[in-house]
Amino acid sequence: MTVLVLVEHAEGAVKDATLSAVTAASKLGAVHALVAGDGDAAKAAADAAAQIAGVEKVLLASDAAYGHQLAENVAALVVGLIGDYDAFVAPATSNGKNIAPRVAALLDVMQISEILSVESADTFTRPIYAGNAIATVQSSDAKKVITVRGTAFAKAATTGGSASVESVATGGDQALSSFVGAETQKSERPELTSAKIIVSGGRALGSSEQFHAVIDPLADKLGAGVGASRAAVDAGYAPNDYQVGQTGKIVAPEIYVAVGISGAIQHLAGMKDSKTIIAINKDEDAPIFQVADLGLVGDLFKIVPELTEKL
Amino acid sequence: MKILVPVKRVIDYNVKPRVKMDGTGVDLANVKMSMNPFDEIAVEEAIRLREKGVATEIIAVSVGPQKAQETLRTALAMGADRAILVLSEDEVEPLGVAKLLKAIVDEEQPGLVILGKQAIDDDSNQTGQMLAALTGRPQGTFASKVEVSGDKVSVTREVDGGLETVSLTLPAIVTTDLRLNEPRYASLPNIMKAKSKPLAQKTPADYGVDVAPRLKTLTVAEPPKRSAGIKVADVDALVAKLKEMGVAA
Repeated sequence: MTVLVLVEHAEGAVKDATLSAVTAASKLGAVHALVAGDGDAAKAAADAAAQIAGVEKVLLASDAAYGHQLAENVAALVVGLIGDYDAFVAPATSNGKNIAPRVAALLDVMQISEILSVESADTFTRPIYAGNAIATVQSSDAKKVITVRGTAFAKAATTGGSASVESVATGGDQALSSFVGAETQKSERPELTSAKIIVSGGRALGSSEQFHAVIDPLADKLGAGVGASRAAVDAGYAPNDYQVGQTGKIVAPEIYVAVGISGAIQHLAGMKDSKTIIAINKDEDAPIFQVADLGLVGDLFKIVPELTEKL
Repeated sequence: MKILVPVKRVIDYNVKPRVKMDGTGVDLANVKMSMNPFDEIAVEEAIRLREKGVATEIIAVSVGPQKAQETLRTALAMGADRAILVLSEDEVEPLGVAKLLKAIVDEEQPGLVILGKQAIDDDSNQTGQMLAALTGRPQGTFASKVEVSGDKVSVTREVDGGLETVSLTLPAIVTTDLRLNEPRYASLPNIMKAKSKPLAQKTPADYGVDVAPRLKTLTVAEPPKRSAGIKVADVDALVAKLKEMGVAA
């Protein structure tokens, strides 16, 4: 079996989510990596992808139409290439989730979303009901279209591979959509989905000012990424891309510090695979303590600054 | 223009799902069911577009069991004009739903289809993108802002690093994210009125669509449980533990 993996990249670098997708794909068969992008950045990403352990070949599709990963254009490209492949695998990032189902429908295939494991060539596990249940599903489609939950698979090594890079014909612009602009949060902090440590704040922080005044110094001290519960995001204390949970980001850092987060089902769905969970909450019966390895009951406005100082 | 809004009947957002003892699925007997929260946001957005004069008619559609009528009545009570139920007592996968919706799009020719980005039961996050593929239309997924002007719709999308805005040529497909709007509650008079709004009942066969599943669910199991750890007495004890773990110097 040969598998085509969609490489997620930015500014010439391969994103970590790709590495987990490569690991998942290599359980199915030989891995070829597809870099769709524009110009020098795409070329640099393809060269980086060629170094990933386990990648046998890199396909580079360089065209202005792929510069912003528009699903209409990238899906058409993938469909043109898929004849030689038995499966298409994408990371379950916002980009992968946007593109993969479009590919699947064009191929008349039912996608298997956010797989947690590869049981056999046609059988996979995946979370349903916000991770409250794990389904084992078997696909009867001839070709498989799969997205991979990054936290469920080890990252392939970024070195050790020596794949060839082959340029492929591009499908051009489908002229259905165009990129207008992006507002990306420029931050010195690590990205949530790849951070080793995450400090997350909940509604108990009370305001945007207090959220940043309490959470940011601790995160800076630990070199941590900053997350938030949906309640904190809904209340406007933190931007949406901080959101950890069923409808936000799924994270599994080495250490997850939950500050003033009660532990609603939908939040737990996003972080319960973290290696060590530390909870600080004034309510000793908060559900977060049922999953926390280390808990401290008390006033977060006293505890967190003291902790920041003593670390 | 017409707006088509697909809605799904799912387990209520506040209910903790329980896996059946025999491992065949999640127990839905005597469990509160509601409209999928992202679909409520989709209905609300369609209503707002009608209030702005962009939309002229809102059609709610659901693929599901007879009881999905209740979900469609909720959409009608919120403000949809009419509804279509495509009856299937068996679960229909996103690919099958997308094919049914494509057939309805061909009939109704809506300028926009607004869907929830994912249903909170199977968490697939596929139907909107699949419908866009099957209809050859552009897609604006995970929308936090939707603005129609002329023959274009501008969609601001929630993406991993922040926000991204794309411009789509109408007709188009949009899927909703949480921050797009806050859905209204249906008023009692509107709930009463909704009872007399038209609700057509169809079957997949009426549209000539094969909805046989492609995925077979072999088992459904509880996720591995995390056990509660220990509570420490104060910050000093927490710092000591963190040092043991090598986090702090």
